[in-house]
Amino acid sequence: MAAGGGIDPIHQFHIAPIVELKPFGIDLSFTNTSLWMVIVLAVVSAIMVYGSSQRSVVPGRLQSLAEMAYEFVAATMTGVMGKDGLKFFPFVFSLFMFVLASNLLGLLPGSFTVTSQIIVTAALAVLVISIVVIYGIVKHGTHFFGLFVPSGVPGWLLPFMVLIEAVSFLSRPVSLSLRLFGNMLAGHIALKVFGGFVVVLLGSGAVFNYAIAPLPLLLAVALTALEVLVAVLQAYVFAILTCVYLNDALHPGH
Amino acid sequence: MDPVAAKFIGAGLASLGMGLAAIGVGTIFGNFLSGALRNPSAADGQFPRAFIGAALAEGLGIFAFVVALVLLFVV
Repeated sequence: MAAGGGIDPIHQFHIAPIVELKPFGIDLSFTNTSLWMVIVLAVVSAIMVYGSSQRSVVPGRLQSLAEMAYEFVAATMTGVMGKDGLKFFPFVFSLFMFVLASNLLGLLPGSFTVTSQIIVTAALAVLVISIVVIYGIVKHGTHFFGLFVPSGVPGWLLPFMVLIEAVSFLSRPVSLSLRLFGNMLAGHIALKVFGGFVVVLLGSGAVFNYAIAPLPLLLAVALTALEVLVAVLQAYVFAILTCVYLNDALHPGH
Repeated sequence: MDPVAAKFIGAGLASLGMGLAAIGVGTIFGNFLSGALRNPSAADGQFPRAFIGAALAEGLGIFAFVVALVLLFVV
């Protein structure tokens, strides 16, 4: 990965095709991103299928993992949206497990972080906002647009408030996708930079540099621990913000 | 000014925004903690709300980070 004497921290996000597939000039190649999405899907499916196949009263490890994930997301959803929000449970649970598994699997050395590609997070965010808009309009009709009209605002201020609310609504998919993407990207770049320090220090040949080379290594270990926290936290934040946005579609009246 | 130098200065300036977002996140969790220590029984119910606020504040820092990255690697 050393390019031109230094370590390129961006190279780990390079998308490389594994199986070239270009029918009718459309690039449908099976890339390393696709491979890791399939792996994430297989891991999540395996945990949930095997975890729920035993159905013992005293759960084993895998079953309690599946039950904890289920109960955690269900508690979060009822906390934000109330009982009737649970009709969106399959959607939010799938999102949470996909983002969580791809964040955590991306921390394995040599793996590929699916959520560090902005196209993946943007697709997820657009999916969330499309569901919010479509469900809101189908369920509530024009009453859904009451979302943009806050109550108790003096008349002369109302046009500005509607404008601000509309801009804030439109920026939701951008911020939802950029938050996950930026966190994953920043964490992996920082890990790579600290790993690069170790390589550069050990390759320099000076005795003093050999002596201080363990310091960035220790920092990289600490950063990896922090990244595990960030991976879980960002999956939680993605799920809870999805709940907040879905809550607007469920109960648009202010 | 040399355009390459201006690019790096701009990326450095954009990274200031990440530090300012850190102040926002710290304010939210600091106030959450001081409130939680006064009334620990109400803390668990407000935990998701603290995280929503922190995520929204952090998102603005992430925007600054993305601007810095675009300046460094894309432009």
